[in-house]
Amino acid sequence: MIQCQNIYKSYDTKTVLNGIDFTIPDGEIFGLLGPSGAGKTTIIKILTGQLSFDKGAVRILDKEVGDLTGEDKKQIGIMMDQFGLYERLSCADNLKIYADIYGIPHSRVKEILQRVGLADSTKLSAANLSKGMRARLLLARVFMHKPKIIFLDEPTSGLDPQSMRAIHRIILEKKKEGCTIFLTTHNMEEATALCDTVALLNDGKIVDYGKPKEICRKYNHQKKIILHLSGGEDLELSHEKESAKQIYDLLQAEEIETIHSSEPTLETVFLELTGRDFGEEE
Amino acid sequence: MRNIMIIIKKQLKDTIKNKTILIQFILFPLMTVIMENAITLEGMPELFFTKLFAIMYIGMAPITSVAAIISEEKEKNTLRVLMMANVMPWQYLCGVGFYVWAICMIGAGVMSLGFSGKDRAFFLGLMGIGFFISILAGACVGIFAKNQMAATSLVMPGMMILAFLPMLSMFNEKIAKVAKIFYTEQLKNILEKMSFSDMPENAVWIILLNAVVFVFLFSFVYKRKGLE
Repeated sequence: MIQCQNIYKSYDTKTVLNGIDFTIPDGEIFGLLGPSGAGKTTIIKILTGQLSFDKGAVRILDKEVGDLTGEDKKQIGIMMDQFGLYERLSCADNLKIYADIYGIPHSRVKEILQRVGLADSTKLSAANLSKGMRARLLLARVFMHKPKIIFLDEPTSGLDPQSMRAIHRIILEKKKEGCTIFLTTHNMEEATALCDTVALLNDGKIVDYGKPKEICRKYNHQKKIILHLSGGEDLELSHEKESAKQIYDLLQAEEIETIHSSEPTLETVFLELTGRDFGEEE
Repeated sequence: MRNIMIIIKKQLKDTIKNKTILIQFILFPLMTVIMENAITLEGMPELFFTKLFAIMYIGMAPITSVAAIISEEKEKNTLRVLMMANVMPWQYLCGVGFYVWAICMIGAGVMSLGFSGKDRAFFLGLMGIGFFISILAGACVGIFAKNQMAATSLVMPGMMILAFLPMLSMFNEKIAKVAKIFYTEQLKNILEKMSFSDMPENAVWIILLNAVVFVFLFSFVYKRKGLE
């Protein structure tokens, strides 16, 4: 379990985190969503003990973050955008260094490279990997020692859809194995597809928190049903009893091509709450 | 100890593929072997090139390689990943330091081929001391510099002073007066005599003082900047 209680963090006069509160139960994927500069990476750094905070409490693996021992830290895996690889070393050699540190047999290196789809690139040096392959190698390094808690800082940022799907598949596999995953992203589709719970972060504050679908339903003010008819026109109906009869009739007449409800996406919810887009920078 | 060995193993694999570091380790031993066998001038002191290049080797290879290794790891954030994997900063520094020292000693071993018996041990002993002080100097730069570019800029002047002043001091008295405060100049003076009994009076003290200064400098830089 990860618990973050009323965290405050300032740099000089600028407050970057303003009373951050959340709890992540074991085995869940938690998504922290927000635009660049909202404070996502700062939260990861605080949760992993890389950065101190001014006020509040952080508990990980049933301990205060400051009390984590070296052995505790081995149960945590971290993938951050800026974490590098040994460019001149091969994929296998990059992983073997950490296999030695964690006391894992080298046979597992081959197995994990196979799992992330890099079985054919074991001897390829990290400098020659594509962005998607690098991301998968970074993920392999994180997962190799079977950590209980995994922190992923924008793991699919700037990747093509195929690489993104491959990484999503690996993340979901890890969830099935019982890992607790903390994910930051500004991709709302990714958050909806992967996360059990999300928190929307803006200017160092969580503006809403919950299951992605529940958040979307909560902000569904329009409550409209949009029908695309075989004639080509769109028909907007309200969520009322009277609409049911109309939809029934249209269905009977085989005039409906598609039916959509008008629930907002996480992106539109964020826009409504903050007046800002996910793509915007601070 | 295990983590230190892992760092050494990693460096060994990396150096084979890192030509800029590799050349630092090979250049002077190779030049020594070539020059000692190719050039013989009348009146030239015995093993002149060996002694000359040995001091340059001490003043160049360990400083540049340690500074480059540490600053590159900082720049690429691989050092942070090692720390997150519970490798202690002292384990990392010991691993890199010992690795560079051992490789340089192998180079010194090649350079010592012209010496025999006791003289070889004397030569290697002096080289080992020189490498140790230079590794401390290189670590100071590596820890202080934010990235490789900054490390190179900082290493250059220091390397020029430590590696070239002893050579220039042979031709100019004024330079010799300045050079004598540095351990490389004193090591050169000791190498010229090649015996403990003929050792210049203050040489040991100056070398010791240099070592103490670099130990303090290293502690100061490490306390202020840390490894991340």
